[in-house]
Amino acid sequence: MAPSPLIALKGVDAGYRHSLVLHGVDFAVDHRSFTGIVGPSGAGKTTLLRLLLGSLKPASGTVERAPGVAVSYVPQLETVNWNFPITVAECVQMSRTGRRLPWASRTERAEVADVLERLGIGDLGQRHIRELSGGQQQRMFLARALIRQPQVLLLDEPTSGVDISTRHDVLHLLADLHDEGIGIVLTTHDLNGMAAHLPDLVCVNERIVAQGPPDAVITPDVLEQTFGARMEVLQHLGMLVVVDSSGPGRLAG
Amino acid sequence: MEALLDPLQYGFFQRGLIVATLSGALLGFIGVYIVLRGMSYIGHGLSHAIFGGFAAMQLFAASFYVLGAGLWGIASAIAITNVARRSRLGADAAIGVITTASFALGVALFARFGSSGPAFDNALFGSILGITNSQILWLVLVTAFTAIVVFTRYRALLFTTFDPEVADVSGVKVGRTEALLMIVLSLAILVTLTVIGVTLVAAMLVIPAVVARMLTDSFGRMLVLSTIVGAISGLVGMYLSYYAGVPSGTMIVLVGTAVFLVVLAITGVRGMRRTVGLDSHAAPNVKEAIRP
Repeated sequence: MAPSPLIALKGVDAGYRHSLVLHGVDFAVDHRSFTGIVGPSGAGKTTLLRLLLGSLKPASGTVERAPGVAVSYVPQLETVNWNFPITVAECVQMSRTGRRLPWASRTERAEVADVLERLGIGDLGQRHIRELSGGQQQRMFLARALIRQPQVLLLDEPTSGVDISTRHDVLHLLADLHDEGIGIVLTTHDLNGMAAHLPDLVCVNERIVAQGPPDAVITPDVLEQTFGARMEVLQHLGMLVVVDSSGPGRLAG
Repeated sequence: MEALLDPLQYGFFQRGLIVATLSGALLGFIGVYIVLRGMSYIGHGLSHAIFGGFAAMQLFAASFYVLGAGLWGIASAIAITNVARRSRLGADAAIGVITTASFALGVALFARFGSSGPAFDNALFGSILGITNSQILWLVLVTAFTAIVVFTRYRALLFTTFDPEVADVSGVKVGRTEALLMIVLSLAILVTLTVIGVTLVAAMLVIPAVVARMLTDSFGRMLVLSTIVGAISGLVGMYLSYYAGVPSGTMIVLVGTAVFLVVLAITGVRGMRRTVGLDSHAAPNVKEAIRP
């Protein structure tokens, strides 16, 4: 029997100001979810994430949440003001919004130290956020999300702008968190590096084109409907590899 | 030493010194949030908007002009925020239209009917003359209110300044927190207007915070340093204003600018690098959803 969803979107239309970005979306997240949302720029990936977060209200349809469900969000690294005067520990601590006093309690300081240690950046608490590498920055925001003890973790392009090694680390870290019972939903552009390794994919282009495991979803037909371009799907060492079939000479021609 | 003690024999200078020092500290303190949010232009615009209320309320409600001008300023701040959020007009355009219209109305009212309170030039550039005990009391009350707001809402203010969207989904009432900040800002501008002056208030919101940012990478230390730089600028500026015979606001801002230049010379490239990104104007950070 499938677990009851923590967040469920039913027949949702949503968008900004006077234009709809998503139409007729049915989508559910539970504690077993480990889902990648893929699609071209402007397809509605971030809009879908915002609906799950609750920061965007649907124009029509319903968004149902389990009572008291805890959701944390990790933003895109590119959207962060890295020059903001704040240390790693201060950044993690700020999401404990229940405490009104400016300074951290002894318990809070211990919790922050624990979560930083768990994510492998325990010695960086007093560093300014600008002094971190891409992978460390991602871990800091994961720490800020995890200190709220979420049941669902939503990530916007968690591997955008990081190197292959960091991408690998982030993916494994997310897999570990998923094993601990946290439902995970992320957006990504990275079909080969990220999406093909996730157990569940959602292809989005103003609507949900397809959802399921990678070998069911990553097909030339679904990719063409999603990205508007013909792509080949190959098997390489047991992995799916997506290749742009327009070929190298197409632009010149 | 004599130069420091001599002016203190005059009651008007004692009151001016208290108000200038406290004004500098208050604007320096609140300026940290304004500068880090890229809202420097709002501070500039709001001081001009409040001038309109200042002029109108002196004419129509002389006894309550501080309260009236305060409400006018808060209304302007809310109007700016709403126009920028809800219409296609950008934040800069909204500030430009609302605040300059309010300022122009204030100038027109002063020109047509004159003033029953502080003179026009004093309102524009600040003056140490004619500061009353009730003005000092208002300033102390607003400073205490600001300190209480920041103390009790420290994390919410920090979170919404750094990352409003994540703050929103983490349970912080972003709209309410921003409204509270605008109210504090409006009140701070209002009670410092008579000493610093409409045209120079924005400078005292920005300069101490930028100087503090050049000196530290810590948010908590930036709050403390900015408050100290503001207070010192107010104190020293007031003495220089007395001896040079020029408006107090002018000297306070010039002292702040001198501190800025000294710190810039000391911190060099590192200091300049820290201020990168402080110049963006405020803009709505969350797109508005289509209403069902």
